[in-house]
Amino acid sequence: MHTLTNGLGAYAGPVALAGEGPVTAVTASGITAYAWLLVALPALGAAILLVGGKRTNAFGPLLATLLSWGSFVVGLLVVISMAGRADADRAAHLHLFSWINVGSFNLDAGQRLDPLSMAFVLLITFVGSLIHVYSLGYMKDDPDKRKFFAYLNLFVAAMLLLVTADSYLLLYVGWEGVGLASWLLIGFWNDNPAYATAANKAFIANRVGDLGLSVAIMIMFFQFGHVDFASVDAGAANASPGALTAMGLFLLLGACGKSAQFPLQSWLGDAMAGPTPVSALIHAATMVTAGVYLVVRSHAIFEGSPTAQLVVVIVGAITLLFGAVVGCAKDDMKKALAASTMSQIGYMMLAAGLGPVGYVFAIFHLLTHGFFKAGMFLGAGSVMHGMNDQVNMRRFGGLRTVMTITWATFMMGWLAILGVPPFAGYWSKDKIIEAAFIGEGWRPWVFGLAALIGAGITAFYMSRLFFMTFHGKKRWTEDIHHPHESPLTMTIPMMVLAFGSVVLGAILGFGQTSLLQSWLNPVFGITAGTEGEPVLPANLLLGLTLVLVLAGAGLAWVRYVRDVVPEIAPHGNLVTQAARNDLYQDAVNEGALMRPGIHLTRSLVFTDTRGIDGAASGLGALVIGASTRLRKLQNGYVRSYALTMLAGVVIILGAVWVMQ
Amino acid sequence: MIPALGAQYLGAQLPGVDLVPATFNYAALSPILVVLGVATVGVLVEAFVPLRSRYAAQVGLTLAGLVAAFLLLVLLAVNHQTATAGLKVLGGAVLGSVIIDGPALFLQGTILVFAILGVLTMAERLGGVGADAFTPMGSATPGSGQEALALRAGSMTSEVFPLTLFAVAGMMLFPSAGDLLTMFISLEVLSLPLYLLTGLARRRRLISQEASLKYFLLGAFSSAFFLFGTALLYGYSGSVYLPDIAAAIPQGGSELNGLLVPGVFLVAVGLLFKVGAVPFHSWIPDVYQGAPTPVTGFMAAATKLAAFGAILRVVYVGIESARWQWSPAIAVVAILTMVVGAVLSVTQTDVKRLLAYSSIAHAGFILVGVLAFDRTGVSGVMFYLVSYGLTTIAAFAIVGLVRADGAEATHLSQWAGLGRRHPWTAGTFAFLLLAFAGIPLTSGFTAKFAVFEPALRSGATGTIMVVVGLLASAVTVFVYVRIIVLMYFTDSQNDAVAVVTPSVMTTIAITFGAAMTLVLGVWPTELLQLSASASQFLR
Repeated sequence: MHTLTNGLGAYAGPVALAGEGPVTAVTASGITAYAWLLVALPALGAAILLVGGKRTNAFGPLLATLLSWGSFVVGLLVVISMAGRADADRAAHLHLFSWINVGSFNLDAGQRLDPLSMAFVLLITFVGSLIHVYSLGYMKDDPDKRKFFAYLNLFVAAMLLLVTADSYLLLYVGWEGVGLASWLLIGFWNDNPAYATAANKAFIANRVGDLGLSVAIMIMFFQFGHVDFASVDAGAANASPGALTAMGLFLLLGACGKSAQFPLQSWLGDAMAGPTPVSALIHAATMVTAGVYLVVRSHAIFEGSPTAQLVVVIVGAITLLFGAVVGCAKDDMKKALAASTMSQIGYMMLAAGLGPVGYVFAIFHLLTHGFFKAGMFLGAGSVMHGMNDQVNMRRFGGLRTVMTITWATFMMGWLAILGVPPFAGYWSKDKIIEAAFIGEGWRPWVFGLAALIGAGITAFYMSRLFFMTFHGKKRWTEDIHHPHESPLTMTIPMMVLAFGSVVLGAILGFGQTSLLQSWLNPVFGITAGTEGEPVLPANLLLGLTLVLVLAGAGLAWVRYVRDVVPEIAPHGNLVTQAARNDLYQDAVNEGALMRPGIHLTRSLVFTDTRGIDGAASGLGALVIGASTRLRKLQNGYVRSYALTMLAGVVIILGAVWVMQ
Repeated sequence: MIPALGAQYLGAQLPGVDLVPATFNYAALSPILVVLGVATVGVLVEAFVPLRSRYAAQVGLTLAGLVAAFLLLVLLAVNHQTATAGLKVLGGAVLGSVIIDGPALFLQGTILVFAILGVLTMAERLGGVGADAFTPMGSATPGSGQEALALRAGSMTSEVFPLTLFAVAGMMLFPSAGDLLTMFISLEVLSLPLYLLTGLARRRRLISQEASLKYFLLGAFSSAFFLFGTALLYGYSGSVYLPDIAAAIPQGGSELNGLLVPGVFLVAVGLLFKVGAVPFHSWIPDVYQGAPTPVTGFMAAATKLAAFGAILRVVYVGIESARWQWSPAIAVVAILTMVVGAVLSVTQTDVKRLLAYSSIAHAGFILVGVLAFDRTGVSGVMFYLVSYGLTTIAAFAIVGLVRADGAEATHLSQWAGLGRRHPWTAGTFAFLLLAFAGIPLTSGFTAKFAVFEPALRSGATGTIMVVVGLLASAVTVFVYVRIIVLMYFTDSQNDAVAVVTPSVMTTIAITFGAAMTLVLGVWPTELLQLSASASQFLR
């Protein structure tokens, strides 16, 4: 499976180049040399469950869960050994095997285990394993439970490959792997055509993004001749801004597809067709944040191209407002959460585009979001579990009393996403808002205000969701007699995630130079305390944020707790209708892409049948005609054969004679 | 690199006046000698061994002789590698009538492999007493009472095996001939048994005999050209030895200068006839169709290989330095060969004729590699010959198995729906057809790449030939895919057509050919390296 490089010699190229970057990767040793197990364990699980078939029905789900926890343990051990090393020695490189060896192009498959990738590894394996446990309860009665766990394991393996890959090409493998797992899981209940369509929609929207990523990789290869991170980082220092902008924009396109950012955001809402644990793991906590990872991982490229960075920030700002507005109007609990996810990733993207001041906060928010959003999704799943798979919040209400644990854990997540101190979201989102206000000219005002207003809207729609579900009068449909709390396999993961939603922010973000900053800063080669000052005082921003959050939550309380919530959605004004329809993103896609696409296809088919096929058939007829005529020369008489030979000789000799 | 059979030849003196006894390197000649020896023993077997045990004796003896020759050859090749370094001392002045160098060893080894596979398919009895493909009595008039009598008496023409061995010996000698006279003799040695073998088909004997006669007449005609060309070249250079001719070219200036180019072309006619290049190809469809199918497969693979080996030697040892004078015309021949072979295969309705035209087109592709004029061209041509030969033997062996009422069902319409009734046979045949078409992951693709790539690098003429070659390939793809469509997507109209179950010998030949077609497509490195390291001619 793996071979350790023999000293530095075996991959001298990348390392020599990496020396110029912020971090030099050392060869993996000790427990880090077993980091391949991170990917191998869940991949093995997926293989056993899929190949083993029905025979593994009995123990498969449990095995998958154990293997996922196994991955977590490996990740934890690697992090512990990493923390024991000096800052400069933390990044490690594990050579796996020689992957592509064609002419002058050599690419080894390897893992880059640095603080950034390990932060992701811990998030993915921990939240992923919790969700495995949750699924044991949630999917208990599903006939295809084994397949579900196989796909979950496949997803975890692909996602870990994505974040630990040492080259863009290997990352791409993981990138496609998570896309595949996502497609399989969204369409898990594909006997429902709408769900299957949702899966295809997600897949196709992602293809657009994937195309961007692959073009970016091609440009890298063209520019640098390498596609591993170390060489690309080193090469970016001397590359032309134009090339870097091109790479940055195409990478961003890839990131937009995977992370449901504007303008490729339309698939995420429909992706909620998948089982809820999937929404929690893939479409809230991990896969959709891969775009942020990609941008942050490619920081050397984006730092070389202010244009690309600006586009990243703009995309982030648009998406965070877009998602927030859509979230206000959704009555489907999961779709509201999906809109919220979109909006929160918009925050991360914005932070990632701000440059060195934002990277750590982007990752910080990504981690805290992974906990509280996954927690809330699991809460939503628990509500659906108790309410006969109802998702319409207008038919919820007053669930606080019957689902106490779900209510309490959901509240932790709600407070966290609102950014109420000292919950997790406060530490991370507030920092992003602050960072958005840093800068000169118009930018801090535009982006800072967008982030600030977004926080207010977030408070409104999340409070709306929380109040409509758990408070106010019961508006249950007649078929629901005994809403019940979920079993412990489901509530324990929710409790753990709720606990994380409370304390994770403080643990990672407390202090002048926080734990996360000191952990991640070496990756980006930044020293703490060098950030600029926001254009407004930090305390004022904090105060403003809290006031807006309180206002949003208060408005929601007035409308959804004090006033009566109608069971049938009111007609609403134009803005509400637009938001309900996802701001007409599907109509836009249809008008801008699908219709022209269909027309293009039709005209191409026409050209193909008339022009190309015609030409081909014509050529074919020509060849057959020639063949039929030539065939007559083969008349079977040996005398004419001999004559042909003689004629050939005479012609050749004659031609030579003439030429001489 | 050893001049195996070399007179201490002194070019400036008159021949006949100063004859020096020839020196023999028997070790280097041993594979050929073994084949010839076993062939002679085979003649004795024919005379003295009773009819009952003759088949087993002949087949066993033939296969044993071929395997022994192959082993000797391998031994020779291994030692040869160690001996190469010392041979440089000899310098350029090596003259020999038989030259065992890298290409000669490579080609002789391949011929022996082809011969083993060919004999395995020829020996197929399908439950009868003698080899199924051959008539019980060659001298009997087709359809006569004498023939029926011979059949009832259990006669068989087991002399086909010694005949094959004689042809093999000629083929082995052909590409290692160091002078034009030896080359001519080996040409005749390989041709005469083939003329006979062609006429010995068990069924459709009139066509078979007609093919035999045509082959003989046209073969004699082309041999005359070859001999005439040899005479002209002797007049030009005062020698029949290829290195002497090569040495004479740069000097030029003699009053007989005008003999060079006609001589080259006439010699070329003799050789191009054997590979079936247009316009010397007319015999190929008739002979391929008429000959017993296993003989056709063996002939298509081995004769082509031997003749191309001889062409390579004449070109690279003898006349390369005059190439500006003759290569344009040969390039035209190559282009014509590809185009005519491909275009004419489109309208064929008989599987054997179709494969014959395909073989003509392939000869054109190989000529493109010959005209690359460098070592990679030589190695590419040799690789092509190996892969084409293996595919061809397997393909003709399968053609021999598809029967209707006991006779071979060679009309294309009879192959309709074969894929459904005989998935393995049809699948293998489809795979071999894809190899002929040069689809990736088959040896055909690697082989085409191996000859086109050096040709592309050789200049404008090479590029034109490659472009024509690719277009011709596209046409042939249509032809092959049409058969695949026929086998898989057309309903059968004739239930009488079935695949007979072959003996283990034919199965081995087909399996080996098909497997190598796959191996050389997926993992060609070893053979490419071998052909590259064996591509240096001893000049």
